[in-house]
Amino acid sequence: MKLDKQTQSDLFDYLLRLGDDRLILGHRVSEWCGHGPILEEDIALSNIALDLIGQSINFLSLAGKVEGQGRTEDDLAYHRDALDFKNLMLVEQPNGDFGFTMVRQFLFDAYSLLLMEALQASELKELAAIAGKALKEVRYHLRHSSQWVLRLGDGTEESHRRVQNALDDLWMYTREMFESDEVEQRLVQKGIAVDSTSLKSGWESMVFQILKQATLEIPGEQGYYSSGSRQGIHTEHLGYILADMQFLPRAYPDAKW
Amino acid sequence: MEDKKRLEEFEARIQRGEKIEPKDWMPERYRKQLIRMISQHAHSEVVGMLPEGNWITRAPSLRRKLVLLAKVQDEAGHGLYLYSAAETLGVDRQELIEQLLEGKAKYSNIFNYPTLTWADIGVIGWLVDGAAIVNQTMLAKSSYGPYSRAMIRICKEENFHKRQGYEIVATMAKGTPEQKKMVQDAVNRWWWPSLMMFGPHDTDSPNSGELLRWKVKTKTNDELRQRFVNLTVPQAHAVGLTIPDPDLKYNPETGNWEFGEIDWDEFWRVIKGDGPCNRERMRARRKAHEEGAWVREAAAAYAAKHGMKSRVA
Repeated sequence: MKLDKQTQSDLFDYLLRLGDDRLILGHRVSEWCGHGPILEEDIALSNIALDLIGQSINFLSLAGKVEGQGRTEDDLAYHRDALDFKNLMLVEQPNGDFGFTMVRQFLFDAYSLLLMEALQASELKELAAIAGKALKEVRYHLRHSSQWVLRLGDGTEESHRRVQNALDDLWMYTREMFESDEVEQRLVQKGIAVDSTSLKSGWESMVFQILKQATLEIPGEQGYYSSGSRQGIHTEHLGYILADMQFLPRAYPDAKW
Repeated sequence: MEDKKRLEEFEARIQRGEKIEPKDWMPERYRKQLIRMISQHAHSEVVGMLPEGNWITRAPSLRRKLVLLAKVQDEAGHGLYLYSAAETLGVDRQELIEQLLEGKAKYSNIFNYPTLTWADIGVIGWLVDGAAIVNQTMLAKSSYGPYSRAMIRICKEENFHKRQGYEIVATMAKGTPEQKKMVQDAVNRWWWPSLMMFGPHDTDSPNSGELLRWKVKTKTNDELRQRFVNLTVPQAHAVGLTIPDPDLKYNPETGNWEFGEIDWDEFWRVIKGDGPCNRERMRARRKAHEEGAWVREAAAAYAAKHGMKSRVA
């Protein structure tokens, strides 16, 4: 991989965004393990968590190679603090009830599907390959989360109310999926990255269609939208995730596990 | 008279080593004993997800996290598989789960102990899955077809778990002083509860005679326990760990590692509900069940509206 300094630094950053989204969401989903509403969902949720963390390993490991400082995926996962994490605020939101988790998953899966599809055309072959592999998993995740949005939205009065609330609470975290910045734009110019703004209309048609079918109301214009997570701005929740996740390697820096 | 003849035929089939299948005639006691054993086993898999799940978010590397997640996922799968095996005997999963939540059904005592450090994850894989394998290898020869087949499949996965657990233990045992301390401490805490997994002494095991005669089990609790100790002690020594039993000694004549007396008061106390985590585990299971009620209702309502059969109803 021969890259100029600027591209190298941009690409490292871009791969962290991809890796961190999946690492943090995988962490959240893994918190369900053993606490699902039915045994089948314990299996499905741990499977999704496995896929997401597996994907994050691929992106972070490539990030480490691009950076060229000898950092592994574990170094990147366990030895960065919140300011250096580039995941969307959407994925760090606490699980809430099962409906909240499924709506969060659905909103992300639809975005991830479009992104992975587009990334398959990346000029960077390693990135295209990782995206292609992830895409197969994301298709299944989206099918699973869409089905639950349908069941819960169009299920009982209670389930409808719960997922509508979840949707309303999460909507302000959706806009930043489609925000672009200079880092991304420079990589788009080189044919490496996908322009996030280009995913918005596809996402909306996919998401709106399912929400409508689920008899849910699409939230209107919000008074506040989160912004800046790609630059390291987060909600209060990420710090606790990292405290949990990073505890052992931080407490015992010399140990191998 | 008819039943007596059927019973004779049934026992003759078992003597010939034939498998009993769901539609075959079987004595009610046989059916009851199997439902009890298989459902206890299924509940153990499900409750067992809790102590190990406790460390998923804190696994010390991404690879270890994947392995642990996959392990806990396997346990959910085993639970599902075993509930299905129990259903072949004419009970349904819902009924069995309610028995668990009402405190009427038992699950393996071992899961009423807490996982305090990462070393516990290694030691559970090594000792607890190791003990389960010894027991399940025997149950794979069980006379009831569906149970026997479930055990063959489950044993294969448990062998992976054991190997992965032992690898964590071996890594920590040659690690830093803090790691060595953690892993020895975990062995100290899990050793005796692991021996208790095989159940009471043969002389105090009320179900054993019947289960052996009908080849539901083919070895006694004490035989299996001895086999486990014989397999495990050399593995502990190989990585420099001490078994917390001053009476442990090798008998060259029998080839057995002879061990000290289990604290049976503790055993019976934990079985009756007074272990360190009994209440906590049941609370977690009940909470998951209760908080999942609206989800299951919604899935059933959706399925009814859209004219399909719900898999969760």
